[in-house]
Order: sequence, then structure tokens, then C-alpha cells
Amino acid sequence: MAEFWATYVWPTVVIVAAIVAILVPLLLSVAYLTYAERKVIGAMQMRKGPNVVGPFGLLQPIADGLKLLTKETIIPSGANKVMFLIAPMFTFSLSLVAWAVMPFGAGLVLADINVGILYLFAISSLGVYGIIMAGWASNSRYAFFGALRAAAQMVSYEVSMGFVIITVLVFVGSLRLTDIVLAQENLWFAIPLFPMFIIFFVSTLAETNRAPFDLPEAEAELVAGYNVEYSSMTFALFFLGEYANMILMCAMTVVLFLGGWLPPLDVAPLNWIPGPVWFALKVAAVLFVFLWVRATFPRYRYDQLMRLGWKVFLPLSLAGVAVYSGALVALGWVP
Amino acid sequence: MIIANLAFYLFASVTVAAAVMVICARNPVHSVLFLVLAFFNSAGLFVLMGAEFLAMILIVVYVGAVAVLFLFVVMMLDINFVALREGFLQYLPTGGLIGLILLAELVLVIGGWSIEAEIAVPASAPIPAPAELSNTEALGGVLYTRYAYLFQAAGVILLIAMVGSIVLTHRVRPGVRKQRISRQISRTREEAVELKKVSPGEGA
Amino acid sequence: MAFLDRTARALLLTELVVGMSVTLRYFFRRKVTLNYPHEKGPLGPRFRGEHALRRYPNGEERCIACKLCEAVCPAQAITIESEPRADGSRRTTRYDIDMTKCIYCGFCEESCPVDAIVEGPNFEYATETHEELLYDKEKLLANGDRWETEIARNLAADAPYR
Repeated sequence: MAEFWATYVWPTVVIVAAIVAILVPLLLSVAYLTYAERKVIGAMQMRKGPNVVGPFGLLQPIADGLKLLTKETIIPSGANKVMFLIAPMFTFSLSLVAWAVMPFGAGLVLADINVGILYLFAISSLGVYGIIMAGWASNSRYAFFGALRAAAQMVSYEVSMGFVIITVLVFVGSLRLTDIVLAQENLWFAIPLFPMFIIFFVSTLAETNRAPFDLPEAEAELVAGYNVEYSSMTFALFFLGEYANMILMCAMTVVLFLGGWLPPLDVAPLNWIPGPVWFALKVAAVLFVFLWVRATFPRYRYDQLMRLGWKVFLPLSLAGVAVYSGALVALGWVP
Repeated sequence: MIIANLAFYLFASVTVAAAVMVICARNPVHSVLFLVLAFFNSAGLFVLMGAEFLAMILIVVYVGAVAVLFLFVVMMLDINFVALREGFLQYLPTGGLIGLILLAELVLVIGGWSIEAEIAVPASAPIPAPAELSNTEALGGVLYTRYAYLFQAAGVILLIAMVGSIVLTHRVRPGVRKQRISRQISRTREEAVELKKVSPGEGA
Repeated sequence: MAFLDRTARALLLTELVVGMSVTLRYFFRRKVTLNYPHEKGPLGPRFRGEHALRRYPNGEERCIACKLCEAVCPAQAITIESEPRADGSRRTTRYDIDMTKCIYCGFCEESCPVDAIVEGPNFEYATETHEELLYDKEKLLANGDRWETEIARNLAADAPYR
């Protein structure tokens, strides 16, 4: 009996505790990301943003959540009910599942699998299903157009993202996220791989359907895209999933290019701060740039978006793979 | 070990059930989604066998890209289900024949393996023990050395197929005005605006 | 050279960087938000808000039931009925404004020969029901009594321009 406890029960308890320890801060940061977004964009438009609910409006996300919870879930009569309800759950759970491999600090990772970056890439490529199912199941023109746009856009930008990841992997020689971070101990990849970093960052904007690539939910032409028909908790799940995905993409950028949990310089005052704090700070910085971009640029037109993806980023990232790996081979620095 | 076995049976039964549903589902969109479920569970089976690289590639390539395109096409098509079922009996002989041939081939493969176990050996490259190499490295080692030419040939064939489909579907329409962004943004004030002095009461 | 210049600009994303620096500068600017129910913006003396019927200083109502406002009202929101009073003066028995029809053009105010009907500075009179916005004579007179100071000040401030 003792053996049963030791082999099955305790590991399960430990894993569940670890999952809770990851998810609770994650969901809290998702909630406060919406607050930060409204504050940052407000400030850039010389407004104050939410400042009424609680001190500095800090309770605003909680009020918003409560409002969504108490609303009625409307299922359109022409909708495919099962798929209509599965889609938001799928989007939401996918955005959480990906965090299993994220290294928050040295050894602070739930599952340090040796194909970690591929796992992240696979999860992000699955994100399109939630949207496409939602658009199709809603049985509504706008939702369907939004879903089609989202699908085409996400598939297109994944290609160049894949090539950028390959370049990083050529420098590291491992698919394990911990190894990728440790390979940046002396120099963050954002510096030697700066062009690839920019391509990756813009692709993550497109991958998460953020401005200026938020065509799937372009309110000017598609009302709200794939989530027109959603209300209450189903909408909330989409919303949470989308913002969790944003944080995930920023974390991926940090791991690939900005040295993960490592301090910028390994000198006395900087390396006293623990790794997870550095990680959170870097993710927050990248998220700020996400919001900053949204406050700055107007929305792309759809054909320009496709042109950028296929005619600019794909050749550039492919050339990047060739140039960087060629340089590594020529200098004999292949890991 | 029990958990691994349970996981295997879970993945395997869901794969089989999803695969059956792919051909039984009335709605083609459901079929594609069941196909995705089948891919997903096969990826789970790969992970159980310790081939996590293959599992991830299966999800990235098949689920993340190919099935999305399937779904795209199927969702856009306006399929008449009645007309689709009409020719069922007509195609039964051909379909049955293909099924029989596949069955015979499967029997030959499995039968040959169980009778003469060495048949399969020359075809497979020596793979080092999993303890020494991760399966990503093992796969790369085989693909880029022993099968380098075949691997490149597969790539070239795919490229040719892609170029061919673009050539077949590309139409050059005369008289279409295209946006040339580089020319638009390289316009200067001098070539775009002309200032003319108009004296009052005379018009331009 | 121009080609090189353009390519360099495109590849270095100078335009994007310039745009983002603009928004970053605005990020630190002083904010212009008014915390509305606690802070309010200024209103001009000609502001056309909630209607009111005024009285003379001796308490007599100004309106003489000439019905010019009713005639001029483009939304036909005003209804007036009148009878001569016991002392022979002409006064309204009914003066209704349907505030949900009113377009706040201010013509009633302009047409009034005795400055009886005016649009005051109040704009915070939202109600929960439609019926509450169908104003009758008592409501309008009460408004006039309530806002008389402000209305008189506004009329005085605007008088030199009439």
C-alpha cells in the first residue's frame, strides 16, 4: 500500500500542485493584462484608462469577469451546438497546456521534455482550430469570414516563425527549452540574430491576431469576426485564451531571444534577483511592446498581410536560415 | 507500467474510433475534425513509443497545416449529401477491390515478418541505443547520411508538385491594375503635387 | 542613391520606429481625461440643455400662450392649450414637451417673445422610463424655478450678441 502511495498518489499530488502554481498566476496575469492594455493604450491616447473600480481601477478586471459570468449564454438557433461550445473550451485549454514546458527559472519547469520548442510550436499551430470551429459552428457570415481569415493568416505566419526557430536551434543544437536559455548565458540571441528577432516578433503579432494584424476580428468590417455570436462565459473563454496565448508568445520570444530567466549581465546586483523575476520582467516588457504596437499602427489590409507573410517574411527568414547556418559552418562554431 | 498500458489503450481506442467516425460521419466537417482527433491520438501513441520528435512533427505538419487546409476546403464546399450517396453501389466493386489488395499486402508484410524475421533487417539502418542519442538526433543521422538522396528527392518532388499546381492554376489576366506598394511609397512631393498661381477672377 | 536610401529605410523600419516613438512620447504626456461625475467641462452660455418655463420676478408665469414655439418646433414636440383666465389675461392650461422628440435646436427659445421657454444648462436628467421624459407645465415651471439663477446669468451673458 505504501508503495502505491509513493508511486502513484504523491507524484500526482505534486504535479497537480505544480499545475495550480503555474495556472493561478497565469490567469491572474491574463486578467491584469487586459487592465494593462487599457491603461497603456489610454495613456498613449492621453486618456487615463479605467480608474473608477477600486484604487487606480485595479479591481476593473475582476468586475469585468463577474459581469461576463453573470450574463446569459446565448446559443444561436442555427448553430452547431456541440462544436459551438467545444471551440472556446478548446482555445482556452490549449493556451494553458502550452505552459507545461515553459522554463520559469533554472530547473523551474513542469516537464523539461527534449522537444520543448517543437511542443510549443505544435500547440501554437493548433490554436487555429478553436477559431475555425467557432466560425463554422456559429453559422454566421461574419464569424465564418473571420475564421477563414484567421486560419489563412495563422498558417501563413507559422511558416516564417518555423524558419526563425530553426535558426535559433542551429545556434543551440538542442530542442530543449532549458538548453536554449542556457546557450544565451554570454550573449542573448536577440543581438546576433536581430533581424530574425524582428521577424519573429512581427510573426507572433500575426499569430496571436493582434493589431495591426487583427483582421479576424476587424470590428470595422467583420463586426467582431469569429466571436460575434459568443456571449457570457463562452466569450470569456475565448478572451482568456487569446490573452493567455499572447503571454505565451511573449514568453516564447523571451526564451528564444532574450535569455529566459538569465539576468542581462552576470554581475553582482543583477544576479541577486531570482530567475523567475527576470523572466516575468522580460515577458512584461515584450507584452508592453505588444500593446505599444497596438496603440501605434493602423490595421493592415488583408492582401497586404498575405503579401508581407509570403513575399517578405518567408524569403527573408529562409535567407536567414541559410546565411546564419552557413556562417556557423564556415566559422566552425556548430554546436 | 499500468499507467503506460492504460494510456496506450486509451490512445489506440480513440484513434480507431475516430478513424471509423471519419468515414461514418454525415457532415464532412465533422469527418475532418475526427481525422484531426485521430492524428492527435496517433501522436500520443508515438510519444508512448518514445518517438516524441515524430509525434510533434505529426502535429505541426498534419494537424497544424494539412488538416487546416482540408477543413478550409470542406467548409467552403457546398456539398449535396444526397448526390454524394447516390453512386455508392456503383463504386462498391472498385472500392472493394482496392480494399482487398491492401488487405493482401498487409497479410504479406505481417506474414513475411512472422515467418522470416530477418527479412526486415536489411531495410532498417542500425540505430544506436536510445540511451546514447535522442531520437531527434537519431532521425537526423539516418535521414541526412544514409537516405540523403531519397530525402532530397522527396523534397524536389514536393517542390515540383507545388510549382506545377501554381502553373496550372495561375491565370494572367490582361488589364488588371495592381497595387505596387514600393512605387507608392517612393513617390515624392515633387512628382505628386504641382502648385499653380491662379490670379483672382480668372480661374485655373 | 535614392534607391539605396529607400531600401535602407525599409529594412531598418525607420518609419515604424518614428511612429512608435511618437506614441511613446504621448504615453508620458499629461492626461486630459475628466473624471466626469466628479469633474465637469465648461459650458457656454448658449448651451441648449433641458427646457424650463420662466416666471417674472413677481411670480407670474411669463408664457402668454402665443404658440409660436409650438408652430416653429421642427420635431413637433410641443403641445399647448390655452384659455383666458378670470382676470382676462391669456395663459396656457397645458404646456407639454415630449423630450424624446425634441432635437434641442433652440428654435422655441428663439421664437419666444417674452423669454418664457428657455433651454437651460442642465443636461443630466436621464430617466429610467419614457413617461418621465414627457414633460408637462408643472415640471417645466419647476425647472424654471430651480435653474432661474443660471438661466438669467446665461441670458445676460448672451444678450450683447442678440
